[in-house]
Amino acid sequence: MESWRKNKLAFSVLVLPPTAWLVIFFTVPLLIMWVYSFAERGPQGQIYLAVNFANYARAIEWIHLGIIWKSVWVAAISTAITFAVGFPLAMGIAFAPTRWKNLLLLLVILPFWTNLLIRTYAWIAVLRTRGFLNFGLEWLHDEFSAFFALIGLPDVMGEFQALELLYNQKAVVIGLVYVYLPFLVLPIYATLEKLNKSYLEASLDLGAGHWRTLFSVTMPLAMPGVVSGCLLAFILSMGTFLTPALLGGTDSEMIGNLIARQFSSSRDWPFGSALSFLLLYLTFIILWVRASMASRKRGPI
Amino acid sequence: MVDNTIISIRDVVKRFGSSVLAVNNVSLDIKQGEFFALLGPSGCGKTTLLRILAGFETPSEGQVLIDGDDMERVEPNKRPVNMVFQSYAVFPHMTVRQNVAYGLRVVGTPKPEIDQRVQESLSLVQLEELADRKPDELSGGQRQRVALARALVKHPKVLLLDEPLSALDAKLREQMQIELVHLQQTVGITFVIVTHDQNEALSMADRVAVMNGGNVLQVASPTELYEYPNCRFVADFIGKMNLFDGQVVGVKEGQVVVRADAITAHIGDISVPFGDEARGKVGIAIRPEKVKLDGEEPKDMPIRVRAKVVEVVYYGNESHVFLQSTSGAKITANIKNTSRNTHAGIVKGDQLWVSWCPQDTLVLTS
Ligand SMILES: Nc1ncnc2c1ncn2[C@@H]1O[C@H](COP(=O)(O)OP(=O)(O)OP(=O)(O)O)[C@@H](O)[C@H]1O
Ligand SMILES: [Mg+2]
Repeated sequence: MESWRKNKLAFSVLVLPPTAWLVIFFTVPLLIMWVYSFAERGPQGQIYLAVNFANYARAIEWIHLGIIWKSVWVAAISTAITFAVGFPLAMGIAFAPTRWKNLLLLLVILPFWTNLLIRTYAWIAVLRTRGFLNFGLEWLHDEFSAFFALIGLPDVMGEFQALELLYNQKAVVIGLVYVYLPFLVLPIYATLEKLNKSYLEASLDLGAGHWRTLFSVTMPLAMPGVVSGCLLAFILSMGTFLTPALLGGTDSEMIGNLIARQFSSSRDWPFGSALSFLLLYLTFIILWVRASMASRKRGPI
Repeated sequence: MVDNTIISIRDVVKRFGSSVLAVNNVSLDIKQGEFFALLGPSGCGKTTLLRILAGFETPSEGQVLIDGDDMERVEPNKRPVNMVFQSYAVFPHMTVRQNVAYGLRVVGTPKPEIDQRVQESLSLVQLEELADRKPDELSGGQRQRVALARALVKHPKVLLLDEPLSALDAKLREQMQIELVHLQQTVGITFVIVTHDQNEALSMADRVAVMNGGNVLQVASPTELYEYPNCRFVADFIGKMNLFDGQVVGVKEGQVVVRADAITAHIGDISVPFGDEARGKVGIAIRPEKVKLDGEEPKDMPIRVRAKVVEVVYYGNESHVFLQSTSGAKITANIKNTSRNTHAGIVKGDQLWVSWCPQDTLVLTS
């Protein structure tokens, strides 16, 4: 690294293009948005530059606060479910025989190879009233009815009622769990994989059962990965836009959809910018809390 | 149990997959209160055997009894043994005290008893002062003591140690060897230690099992192992050894008559005390420190060889003299430098007489 810096020419040739790219296409637009967030909206959706906090004030009005709060809730619930599914999955992969590991990992990241939009439409096909899940349930129902009829209890199962699975909060949570599962599994897998298996053996050796070992040794030692994975899933879920838009109902709007609406149908870029930055600040606060927790845990030597 | 056997290993075989035979038909009895060492070169199956005792590996064949109970299908957490891991495996997220208490907490020992036993165990390894530190604030030697205390607090019937000293530097290792022996005598628990360091095994253990390629070659006390190795591998692995190929040409009351051209060309066949049956090809062996060097032919010594000094290496307390006999055999002699100019006379190129007593000579039939 040192010698790289000495060779100024090579260093600048390599570093300048990506830096310029980042500045022009990321930092500058972000700055523009930040400036917009203090601007005013004209009657036809024009942007009049100004310095006022009206957009932020509007963003924390009850109606919008409600949406933000709901986003936090939905993200929290999805993250919790993702964790409940993802941790055992990550553990299964990490402790699987070596020759299976790569295949299993591949299966986890396989969905990334297909466009999210297509995958979300696939969920619609699965969840809707006349979708695959309901077909499957109906088939089971019919089989059971036939079975009970056979043993002389013809009406025990009643009529099949198709489940209302789509266009509500449940569908959004299912969709979010599905989309962000890999983001949670991979960091947890990485820490478990690095974990010295002797710790787990030592725990068993000292008389602990498998569950005790899981909660007293495996989980605490995998904590860095668990926190990263959960944060990632939480932050991504909170800012999500596509899943609630396609799978959710009228009451499933999340902050991502609210923001998207400002930039499209509402044509209120200043307010949209303010909302976006509010989300960004929220994310920063979460990351800051995490960082300060991590540094406190390391503590004084 | 009638006798005082604590661990009985019977015809244990362990295969990994179809090609790796890690432990090959091992039978061993380890006595209550013994300091027992498993010694052998890298990859000979020591760790595998230890892990079979701890319950982390299931033997492919055979049986393990601990204190008379068959250990088949007994989970590691239900066995009356505890292990000190090579990497120590001290839990990094717990303090020293929590680490030591862990094994008692998980089985629901009452709090006052935990406190008392943890305290005892910590003082046993002199760690009371560091009880509230985290493992990453400890040195390697201290971490090892934590691992020891954590295992001993469980009052196991047997303590298993996998190369417990290999991560320590030479000075600390020597100190810990003494401390471990002392500790074992204090607590009276059976120790089974794995090591590839013969000095460690010889200096610490009451009995040593020498392993090679999954087989146990000899089980004996350190002196017996050193003075009466039962095969070429053990003779060569434990300490230094001069080894010559020989042929048994006759037997007469407790002696075998051997011809070994490399050393007996001048004196003819030699008679060596030997109790067992011996026939055909054998190995003739003599320890370098049991060899004498003289300028004049020592006519009273039955075994004597004329040889030239090839090299002299000085070690302070002793010197190793490397010689080559007139018939081409390589012989090493270790000379104690008991006074300042003991080996002053011996230099490269000298023609000397090498001799030793028949009763110090070993006959190795395998
Ligand atoms: N889980 C395993 N799968 C396959 N082969 C194994 C496994 N564990 C050990 N082996 C093989 O079994 C043999 C014995 O291994 P073991 O670890 O018992 O050796 P060791 O005597 O402890 O050696 P070292 O002194 O290097 O620790 C080796 O050839 C090793 O490669
Ligand atoms: Mg080993």
